[in-house]
Amino acid sequence: MAGESNGAGVFGSSIRRREDPELITGRAKYTDDLQLPNMAYCTILRSDYAHAKINSIDASEAEALDGVIAVYTASDIADSGVPGGIPVGWLLPDMVIPEHYMLAKDTTRYVGDGVAIVVAEDLYTAHDALELIYVDYDPRDGVADPKKATEDGAPLVHDEASNNIAFDWEIGDKESTDSAFANAAHVASLDIVNNRLIPNAMEPRAALADYNSITGELTLYMTTQNPHIHRLLISLASLGLPEHKIRVIAPEVGGGFGSKIHHYADEAIAAWASMQTGRPVKWTATRTETYLTDAHGRDHVTHAEMAVDANGKFIGLRVDTYAAMGAYLSTFAPAVPTYLYGTLMSGEYDLPAIHCHVYGVFTHTVPVDAYRGAGRPEATFVVERLVDEAARVTGLDPAEIRRRNFVAPDNFPFQTQVALAYDSGNYEGALDKALEAIGYDDFRTEQAALREQGRYVGIGLSTYIEACGLAPSAVVGSLGAQAGQWESAVVRVHATGKVTVYSGCSGHGQGHETTYAQIVASALGVPYEDIDVIEGDSGVMPHGWGTYGSRSAATGGSAIASAAEKVVDKARTIAAHLLEAAEEDLEFEDGNFFVKGSPDQAQSLPDVALQAYLAHNLPKGIEPALEATSFYDPENFVFPFGTHIAVVEVCANTGQVELQRYLAVDDVGNVINPMIVDGQVHGGIAQGVGQSLYETAVYDEGANLLSGTMLDYAVPKAHFLPSFETDRTVTPCPHNPLGVKGVGEAGTIASPAAVVNAVVDALSPFGVNHIDMPVTSEKVWNAMN
Amino acid sequence: MGISIELEVNGASVSKEVEPRLLLAHLLREELGLTGTKIGCDTSQCGSCTILLDGQAVKSCTVLAVQADGSEITTIEGLANGEYHPVQQAFWDNHGLQCGFCTPGMIISCVDLLSTNPQPSEDEIRHGLEGNLCRCTGYHNIVRAVQDAAETMNG
Repeated sequence: MAGESNGAGVFGSSIRRREDPELITGRAKYTDDLQLPNMAYCTILRSDYAHAKINSIDASEAEALDGVIAVYTASDIADSGVPGGIPVGWLLPDMVIPEHYMLAKDTTRYVGDGVAIVVAEDLYTAHDALELIYVDYDPRDGVADPKKATEDGAPLVHDEASNNIAFDWEIGDKESTDSAFANAAHVASLDIVNNRLIPNAMEPRAALADYNSITGELTLYMTTQNPHIHRLLISLASLGLPEHKIRVIAPEVGGGFGSKIHHYADEAIAAWASMQTGRPVKWTATRTETYLTDAHGRDHVTHAEMAVDANGKFIGLRVDTYAAMGAYLSTFAPAVPTYLYGTLMSGEYDLPAIHCHVYGVFTHTVPVDAYRGAGRPEATFVVERLVDEAARVTGLDPAEIRRRNFVAPDNFPFQTQVALAYDSGNYEGALDKALEAIGYDDFRTEQAALREQGRYVGIGLSTYIEACGLAPSAVVGSLGAQAGQWESAVVRVHATGKVTVYSGCSGHGQGHETTYAQIVASALGVPYEDIDVIEGDSGVMPHGWGTYGSRSAATGGSAIASAAEKVVDKARTIAAHLLEAAEEDLEFEDGNFFVKGSPDQAQSLPDVALQAYLAHNLPKGIEPALEATSFYDPENFVFPFGTHIAVVEVCANTGQVELQRYLAVDDVGNVINPMIVDGQVHGGIAQGVGQSLYETAVYDEGANLLSGTMLDYAVPKAHFLPSFETDRTVTPCPHNPLGVKGVGEAGTIASPAAVVNAVVDALSPFGVNHIDMPVTSEKVWNAMN
Repeated sequence: MGISIELEVNGASVSKEVEPRLLLAHLLREELGLTGTKIGCDTSQCGSCTILLDGQAVKSCTVLAVQADGSEITTIEGLANGEYHPVQQAFWDNHGLQCGFCTPGMIISCVDLLSTNPQPSEDEIRHGLEGNLCRCTGYHNIVRAVQDAAETMNG
């Protein structure tokens, strides 16, 4: 185990996480662990119907129950004068934007839509009272399938969105793509359903709101990945409180995977209830409630085709997708199946013509938004499944057809046909490493021998790319974002040389306190133990945009590195003055400034810090103290890539798929903490394997959520998964100060295609060329028989 | 309409009047302030609320407080005895946790597993933890942590 120690070698070490002692002893405080004096409890009544008119609500029995403080409905929120809105933060051209309020006003549009609020003295009473609210519903037909929802005559989610179409979006060049298909020697074609997923962060969402009516200040502890975004949206759209009077604090947060990015009604409801009652109010979702309210992921219906020439070169890609938005447009939902999806369609390939068309579709379901990977897993699945299908129709080996089409290592930066410019890469390098590690050639021999015995093993490749490190602000602004995507950092060196670092990111399991301290220890040459990292409090640090999109190292870490560099620059000026030397003659090594050749006469960073605070002898024009703030706006996305390989055996009698090996070779640029990076890869793979083999959110024809509890939704257990084999290549990012890319989503993006490609490979003797996820025994058995 | 119960929690005697329907998980969290025990679901799937009741791992969301009358309970807060329990130490050393929410229940289940099977195989570890869900780690490093703890405890 690497020591928690000094200086420059800290960057790149597998230091144990400093977060862990509080977590393994139960001392860490998550939102629901917090209690405030005179606190009340809030629960929310939710629609049992996918689609219904609300005729009336009778809350009199609930209000009469001992311990109930108040019951509120949508009209109470409207009467209170707050805006009461839940806005969308990403605008596409000609998009239909329905009104969305904190509670349903006269129509419910999905099972789970909020209808009424109870505030009570204790948790049990707050739940009891829900049973005593009588809602007279007039049920209507609902629709859950995103393609069927666009058919004439389908029930409308919003009257203003004809055929339930929220937006009609395209990217690429239709004409050149059509012409590529006209000239193709082979066409690979697939119909793909990308199954709807429920995020399942282990900590359910929660909020504890404390409104002070004397000062007008709201303190809101909540399960958030981005406190400042929540503060902004609650201020502007939901409660109308001035932004500076709201303090959003993320205590310990138990996972997010995207589900805690979005601005939901519930946290705003807790805050509003605190304003109404004058008491602190806590709301904590039950698990079943998270299934009915946390934004779901994926849910695409796609037809995709690849045009291939006689030499096995890809010459065109055509994709048509129906992407569910659910009942309302969630915070960043429109970006997910468009700019995080269509732009990834070039994969790792030099594809000369691409056209991707997407309908965003309203359905009577929980809203869909970013879930780990967000658009990029869907794109990777389309591309990597089509590549395997292209290998099948051309008769080429899946590894060989990839080699023929990779962007060459000397062809970077590489401008794709779908907007992105890849920064750096060596795709064949990762493929070679992975093929060797798995023993690809031997596997093919063994596979043939086993088939003779009636055993069906398969191997699946996924050579993926992703765009993350969100994001260059001007670029995302031009694409519809109503937000910047830069990141902030403060590096404050105290008078004693100890350091406090503030980041606008907001971790929830990623180990930022450890990795950020590693960055600063290396940059400043101060002991790792002397550096504290603070994030997740809008009242403490400058505005930041939070943690998602694999941005916390590439963007947040780069902000910290930039701030640290400013600190060193200022310290150098002061040190030169103290040493009576010219700045350009100074070396800075292991935290010491000295004149080249005279390391024995050094000013350490703590020496300089003390003088900076005393300010008795500073150079002319230099302000006291030693700290710096950076607002780092990346010049491009970062583009991690790699090769993942799955090996499966399919039982010929039952159709059961056994995942025997899973190997990942990822290239995430420079690595700050290898242990943490491996952990991110493991977790990402598990979620992608979950999607491919186990997980799916199921709605019936009437849009009732059948997989509505944890009993009915297969979050992978330990024995569902093998141990994972991980390795890396390192191609640094050329445009950020750390050379890092991102790793939070890579496993989830790569793995579904690897697993399904392996299953299809195993079933190739049966003429099977595709199976939709999750690949259950039933589907496999039917495909074999 | 309270019912009197007496139990020992992490070595300390506790006497309480509780509603008959009060869950043990809520007694621990809401009334005793022992919030290390987490509640992650409402159908007894996730195992975040796992505690030791008379030495056996149970899901405290599935036990009424009155059923725990007269019993000895150990929560995550009571596991360390001056120094970390070997399972706690192994979780730290092997990066067996990320967000930490499932961790208290997971650690308690691992303690129970190793008390009944001191040298489990990987397969036995994975099946032994089937009552505890983790969404962050993919279980890879949890398995490593249990193997490491087993080695330490077998000395």
